[in-house]
Amino acid sequence: MAAETSSRASHALGSLGQKASDGLSLVGGFGVLLSSIVVCVVKRDFDPGEFLRNLYRMGIKSMPIVTVTALFTGGIMVIQAAPIVQRYGAYGLLGWGAGFGTLREIAPLLTALMINGRVGANNTAELGTMAVTEQIDALRALAIDPIGFLVAPRFLAIVITLFLSTIFSDALALLGAAYAGAGFLGVEPAVFYRGLTTGLLGFGDVAHGLEKSIVFGVVIGLSSCHFGLSTKGGAPGVGRSVNATVVASAAGIFVLDYLLSFALS
Amino acid sequence: MTQATDRSVLDLTRTRSRLLGALGLSVLDGLSAIRDVYRVAVLTVYYSVRGEPNRPAFFRQMYEIGNRSLAFLSIVMGFIGMILVYQGGLQTQRVVPDLSLLGATFLQLLVRDLAASICALMLATRVGAGIAAEIGSMVVTEQVDALRMCATDPIDYLIRPRFLASLSMFGPLVVIAAGVAFLSGMWTAFAFFGINPRTFANVSMVSVGDLTIGLTKCVAYGAAIPVISGYCGLTAFGGSEGVGAATTRAVVNSSLAVIVLNFVISGAGYLVFG
Repeated sequence: MAAETSSRASHALGSLGQKASDGLSLVGGFGVLLSSIVVCVVKRDFDPGEFLRNLYRMGIKSMPIVTVTALFTGGIMVIQAAPIVQRYGAYGLLGWGAGFGTLREIAPLLTALMINGRVGANNTAELGTMAVTEQIDALRALAIDPIGFLVAPRFLAIVITLFLSTIFSDALALLGAAYAGAGFLGVEPAVFYRGLTTGLLGFGDVAHGLEKSIVFGVVIGLSSCHFGLSTKGGAPGVGRSVNATVVASAAGIFVLDYLLSFALS
Repeated sequence: MTQATDRSVLDLTRTRSRLLGALGLSVLDGLSAIRDVYRVAVLTVYYSVRGEPNRPAFFRQMYEIGNRSLAFLSIVMGFIGMILVYQGGLQTQRVVPDLSLLGATFLQLLVRDLAASICALMLATRVGAGIAAEIGSMVVTEQVDALRMCATDPIDYLIRPRFLASLSMFGPLVVIAAGVAFLSGMWTAFAFFGINPRTFANVSMVSVGDLTIGLTKCVAYGAAIPVISGYCGLTAFGGSEGVGAATTRAVVNSSLAVIVLNFVISGAGYLVFG
């Protein structure tokens, strides 16, 4: 009985240690990957054609979902602020209330989550497929560095895509919020925009969201490339790595969002 | 000269008709995808009501979807609670110096929208990707065809247990996650703004309407995510690339469904309950 308890305890301890060392090796892998990407980018040792192609596929092709997400998000923000606004009768402050939350938190966060789902998952699936079909080994055999040829262009494209998409979705979310305010609360869009621009909100709030989006882009790019390159075991393995990358990026986005909210304010 | 103009007009018409064609094609594709998702949803509900229960699969999926998401959800929601209270408190201080209603407003927002919606976005990522990857791998390795050979509908055998498990685990997960977010928010309010936890834990603003909206969202998201991701998994084709594409589609479409459902339910709730 006692032996069983102690063996169970040591088993639990062992699995805890295993998890801790897995987590640490993941962080270490991210660090190594980031440093080699930075070296490639600084030395301009990456494939420009691949970079532009990825920018198109990731950026332009994500426009529809970013648009839909942003418009609905703006609407949701206004609907959630509506009871509070009505209680205090502060219709002039609706623009400030919705704009503040949207620009600083919700638009960068939701854009990052959607880009994580579309671009991050897609990127892992692509690199993972290359890894399980040994195309990456083939590149190495041809003395082509997979970091410079595949990873660095994708990483840069993801960061730039997320930054630009966040600007785009900031604007669209405010548009959606203005018209949702007109539809649900009868607040004229002009009053809404005046609430945005009367001085309670500054460029600092927009910049706060955009700075976050760069960090989120780095997280998504690193984790999707790392999990893609370390894929093993055929088609099920690709599915598993896509799953792992979206979960890791989503958790990383929220944790870093919290830390950045402090660091930047 | 005229010939050149003619040619450019012809080119323009051709480009325009190609653009129109592409637009029409994407609309048709979208409509047929919606019809297929609708078919999967109706069949899933039909089998859930009429089919014989498959308890082992149901409990396994409950464990997969529920227990294994708990740590991930708790981490995310804990950070969400801290971020929202911190940012909200800073902003409220700029306009009104009195922060005593911060907790009540936060709790109302959590019950009404944030707990269910952010959990749903996270689960669309975790559970949706998991379901699509699993079913997609079965499709490309022809295990689903083998099921059909055995006269078993994959919707009945694969999607139904996931649907029922997600439906039943979603509520408890959201409640636990909301609790975590509220506690972390309470800690933040105490540590940064000096608000007494007793003042913060104020349920006076949470009405029956808020609770109804929150629970409706739980049911709607819990039903939508497995159906959409299951559909994306079943339509996978073409080896490991196909599995990756199916997983991507599952995450994107479930997240979009969550956002659109959130807008619809929030709007309806606002019009009904005010």
